[in-house]
Amino acid sequence: MTMDKQTSVFEYAPAPESRSVVDIAPSYGLFIDGEFREAADGKVFKTVSPATEEVLSEVAQAGAEDVDRAVKAARKAFEKWSALPGAERAKYLFRIARIIQERSRELAVLETLDNGKPIKETRDADLPLVAAHFFYYAGWADKLDHAGYGANPRPLGVAGQVIPWNFPLLMLAWKIAPALATGNTVVLKPAETTPLSALFFADICRQAGLPKGVVNILPGYGDTGAAIVAHDGVDKVAFTGSTAVGKEIARTVAGTDKKVTLELGGKGANIVFDDAPIDQAVEGIVSGIFFNQGQVCCAGSRLLVQESIQDELLDSLKRRLSTLRLGDPLDKNTDIGAINSAEQLARITALAETGEAEGAERWSAPCELPSSGYWFAPTLFTNVTQAHTVARDEIFGPVLSVLTFRTPDEAVAKANNSQYGLSAGIWTEKGSRILAVADRLRAGVVWANTFNKFDPTSPFGGYKESGFGREGGRHGLEAYLDVR
Amino acid sequence: MPTTAHATASAFADATASDSALRRFLHGLPGVDAVGLEARAAALGTRSIKTTAKAYAIDLAISVIDLTTLEGADTPGKVRALGAKAVHPDPTDRTTPRTAAVCVYPDMVAAAKEAVAGSGVKVASVATAFPAGRAALTVKLADVQDAVSAGADEIDMVIDRGAFLAGKYLKVYEEIRAVREACGERARLKVIFETGELSTYDNIRRASWLGMMAGADFIKTSTGKVGVNATPANTLLMLEAVRDFKQQTGVQIGVKPAGGIRTSKDAVKFLVLVNETAGPDWLDNHWFRFGASSLLNDLLMQRQKLATGRYSGPDYVTVD
Repeated sequence: MTMDKQTSVFEYAPAPESRSVVDIAPSYGLFIDGEFREAADGKVFKTVSPATEEVLSEVAQAGAEDVDRAVKAARKAFEKWSALPGAERAKYLFRIARIIQERSRELAVLETLDNGKPIKETRDADLPLVAAHFFYYAGWADKLDHAGYGANPRPLGVAGQVIPWNFPLLMLAWKIAPALATGNTVVLKPAETTPLSALFFADICRQAGLPKGVVNILPGYGDTGAAIVAHDGVDKVAFTGSTAVGKEIARTVAGTDKKVTLELGGKGANIVFDDAPIDQAVEGIVSGIFFNQGQVCCAGSRLLVQESIQDELLDSLKRRLSTLRLGDPLDKNTDIGAINSAEQLARITALAETGEAEGAERWSAPCELPSSGYWFAPTLFTNVTQAHTVARDEIFGPVLSVLTFRTPDEAVAKANNSQYGLSAGIWTEKGSRILAVADRLRAGVVWANTFNKFDPTSPFGGYKESGFGREGGRHGLEAYLDVR
Repeated sequence: MPTTAHATASAFADATASDSALRRFLHGLPGVDAVGLEARAAALGTRSIKTTAKAYAIDLAISVIDLTTLEGADTPGKVRALGAKAVHPDPTDRTTPRTAAVCVYPDMVAAAKEAVAGSGVKVASVATAFPAGRAALTVKLADVQDAVSAGADEIDMVIDRGAFLAGKYLKVYEEIRAVREACGERARLKVIFETGELSTYDNIRRASWLGMMAGADFIKTSTGKVGVNATPANTLLMLEAVRDFKQQTGVQIGVKPAGGIRTSKDAVKFLVLVNETAGPDWLDNHWFRFGASSLLNDLLMQRQKLATGRYSGPDYVTVD
């Protein structure tokens, strides 16, 4: 009956984004007071491409002396910067936003090289959101009187900001845009595995003519971050990263005047009810845990599925995971890129082994892992209970734990039964159930029939050990204003 | 084929026992989240298909076209030209694949058969008071019989959207069954939902199942005669339906998006949807079709570009 069947298959030929759009220098300095300079002690470190382990550049490593210099530069710049009319500060931010858009292809390739995430994500998610964030807070700069904090709310001073490696440029935007809009100046430390986009941003600040010292970028390791947080001249600390480091920061600033916001770990519950739109729920589960290889603090890493549809949903999910394309992050058809570092890969591997040892059933999508670089196949664990480590600890990798529930009450109880409280998802076609369940979830962000959607107008932050303070939206201004 | 249709019908005997049973079944299908569906279709649209993959996709796209003319002004001459084009789409390059079929009104079937005789190109005919479908069942069946007896290999019927929207699912079901019977042993049946008139994605999923349960060989989006025709999202949804139907019953059903697909770029995006939703089993003209006319020339120009490295232009492909 079948007519002559095509014998070949529809294999997508490689479609790599060109590396030549970005020019990475062999070495970079610290960006202090509008100038690139070497570290005072001359220390450097290397940053590699996690997909190939190729060394991309050598970057100056800031020490205590450099931190001191940067904070002083920021302090000096603060006087004039905070005195500028909001509309003038807005001009700089709009200019930065436009330059980011103009250079977005270059920055997307750079971010993909340094971080390992697919170009599809940096091009379609990271960079548009980065520009949107600057545009959004540029709009606030001359309207702070109307932000709900009284007339003429004052900035805090120098903001010390420490950001993670999972969304390097986006986290920078989340930190720097509201800080500058409200009149603060900034000393920012990018993560040691992904310093390059922050250094390119320093160049954008120069290109935009931003006054010297308003933004200072200090690449380095944890000790650099600790020095920034502890510095007397810092008035505000903003951190995104692990809960363990967050706790350390909270201890450091305790008893000081410093205002703190912490955006920490998570173990997001993605709750799928039996009346969910199944095909879209499967997509939401995939983007919830495999977006950015699961290295997302608000990842939907716990799938709570109603027991009556478990088999059907898991079959669909596994079929879908088998179509994910893992490989060269610069290929425009790649869905899953590299894990950011050998250290992170080791952590994911160890936690997955714990899951198996504790009796959870492991399934990985059939895919070939490249021979060099750091890779982990999309993985899910079934037969997981609340007592399993993989259901409790943040894995920060492409590993999904599947748990079941019988009733909405049980779903809420299990979702809330976590030391974290950052994100959650609800999948149902029943509107009243969305509202009822969302109301009872203790999570900073609750998505309904979608997951991992971000917008600069929407506040983001956590409950419990996921941190405190909100970033984004009008609420995000509060963290940088003296409203005590 | 009718054997399969009978098997399918008996598998769903309970669901189709009464109007209310059928309603319960169709309304028990998983809902469709419109935002999520469209986002998935758009995401698949960003696949970058280059070089060898592009060459494969263009040839595949040509080979799955139902080259269509459905105008009041159709003449035997016009249909002959269309047939010649279907058999040899590019007179300068005989390696170009043939299209799957030509698609005409019932009274043009004989002319079309003659034009494609011996080539392997099928003749499809719209019927059942296409495109509105607003006629008595006897008239619709006579229309089908007319086309079949003139030699049509495939019948593209329209469902009664009025009955569907009024909730008379059983009437729609019975009508498809009756047309299926009228098609006899030889003709394959494509069931057109006119998705633009069904309007919601939930309706499109329900219509897809209704059509498949009633014995459709193909489910087809639209007539090309209304404002909204084939879109990536409604085609994705129908591909999910045939995938799920095969998983549940073992019966494979084809999909035909029609209307509004004009460029090679669009066509490749649809093939990506097929590849990543229903899967490679659907990637041939027995299981997937494009209902299109102007699309073919764009594919031919892209094909020439791949072969020569240069863009030719509209005067280097035939205008029929």
